[in-house]
Amino acid sequence: MKIAVLGAGHVGPVIARLALAAGYEVGIAGSGDPARIEMITEFLAPGAVAQSASDAVADAGLVVLAIPWHRFSTLDPRLFAGKVVIDSMNHWPPAAEPLGTSEEVARRLVGAQVVKTLNHVAYQDMEPAGGRAVGLAGDSPAALESAAVFLERIGFDPVPVGSLAAGRLLEPGGPVFGVAASRQEFEKFTKEQS
Amino acid sequence: MTTFGLDTFGDVTLDASGTPLSHAQTIRNLVEQGVLADQVGLDFFGIGEHHTPDMPLSAADVVLAAIAARTSKIHLGSAVTVLSSDDPVRVYQRFSTLNALSDGRAEVILGRGSSVDSFPLFGYDLADYEDLFEEKTHLFAELLKGGPITWQGKTRAALHEQDVVPFTEPFPTWIGVGGSPQSVVRAASYGFSLMLAIIGGHPARFAPFSELYKHALEKFGRDPLPIGIHSPGHVAPTDEQAREEFWPHYLDVISRLGKTRGFSTPTPESYAHEVGPHGALFVGSPETVATKMAATMKKLDASRFDLKYGIGGLSHESLMRTIDLYGTKVVPLVQDMLA
Repeated sequence: MKIAVLGAGHVGPVIARLALAAGYEVGIAGSGDPARIEMITEFLAPGAVAQSASDAVADAGLVVLAIPWHRFSTLDPRLFAGKVVIDSMNHWPPAAEPLGTSEEVARRLVGAQVVKTLNHVAYQDMEPAGGRAVGLAGDSPAALESAAVFLERIGFDPVPVGSLAAGRLLEPGGPVFGVAASRQEFEKFTKEQS
Repeated sequence: MTTFGLDTFGDVTLDASGTPLSHAQTIRNLVEQGVLADQVGLDFFGIGEHHTPDMPLSAADVVLAAIAARTSKIHLGSAVTVLSSDDPVRVYQRFSTLNALSDGRAEVILGRGSSVDSFPLFGYDLADYEDLFEEKTHLFAELLKGGPITWQGKTRAALHEQDVVPFTEPFPTWIGVGGSPQSVVRAASYGFSLMLAIIGGHPARFAPFSELYKHALEKFGRDPLPIGIHSPGHVAPTDEQAREEFWPHYLDVISRLGKTRGFSTPTPESYAHEVGPHGALFVGSPETVATKMAATMKKLDASRFDLKYGIGGLSHESLMRTIDLYGTKVVPLVQDMLA
């Protein structure tokens, strides 16, 4: 299966490397012309293909959004219809109230199945994944399953925390953001919240 | 040639009773720290711009000028200058002035800014921060060429055949990179040196950044340029003492920062890993810190290492001891190891 990683900044190349190491085909896209990120791809995620966002997404089985939140509004929603989309973005600086980015992502990317995960792990803590527990929030059971399989294969221990709205648990200011929480702790926080 | 420096964010220090010193005293102490860095033979002393009550060094260049007046050899610079929220013309003027005062010892490390307090302070929108940095870096590179400048952009008034004074020799300019590959490529495209800020995790994971930088320099037809490392640390006579002194303050500072930046809250286990051979904290005895520095410099093909010393809550005396040990013990050991 092919993974499309949108974003060639701090986070994107790390996720691309993890996916490549797990045997996935990876297309990576920055903003604009793919030539701009060819050198970055060659050195930071060798084996991935630098593509435009639309080419990367078109034949991907799973899309990871690893772009700054303020760029999200520049994505063409039509590209994502029918796709499983992992939202690893955060409001930055943090919003005054924890407000799920994923609910906004789902609202805008009509027809996509959105899963919130990985946003609560700093990029320098992602590699190696080392079986680290990561929270997983979404409204589509099928998309949650696809995302969980992907996360497991790249080395994480995905823990469902509920619906997309419940994904606020994973946002800055929440109890697991930037914390190396165990599976049991994720489950405890999930129970407390529901 | 390898060079060694110290960076500080100018954290407010505590007195013997644990009371924070005033901002004024903190700043005066910082001058003493810079003077000691020169006395122990270090090559560089850098101050990172910050705008918070626990890091009151908002006008680092003024402090650097005071240090310049009392030293003769050490290079003085920013670590970093948050160029995105500053005016490149003013940055150029301030550091050209420092270059004149210090007889050619100024350096600048430009950054996008990972602490973002300066954006609301100066009326910038964080959402623009990449565009601001891109355009302002371009203008700064043009200014460094010298001579009347003609420039037009979106972030400041246009310049037409404008003299920007004082005229001084060009000074070394670096780009500080925390993890953005675009910044690595940008540094190479402008012919700026690369300063890798490694503040967590295995330093070896930055090796591909060094390779990317060298390749990009070649592609842009530029000569090789130095790669530097900026990492936090603390030196004491023994490993145990250094680790014990640093830990409570590290825990406090990182826990607070982590809430907004996504850093994991440190645990005794994660701390042990970070101060160990595969972590980013250069905390320990001179031998331990030197061994780790030499290994990291080799791994990343770096010719410069700047130890970011001091963290909120340590005392001025403890920082002076770190500076002394770093200059007189650590650096000679690293030089031997790399020879």
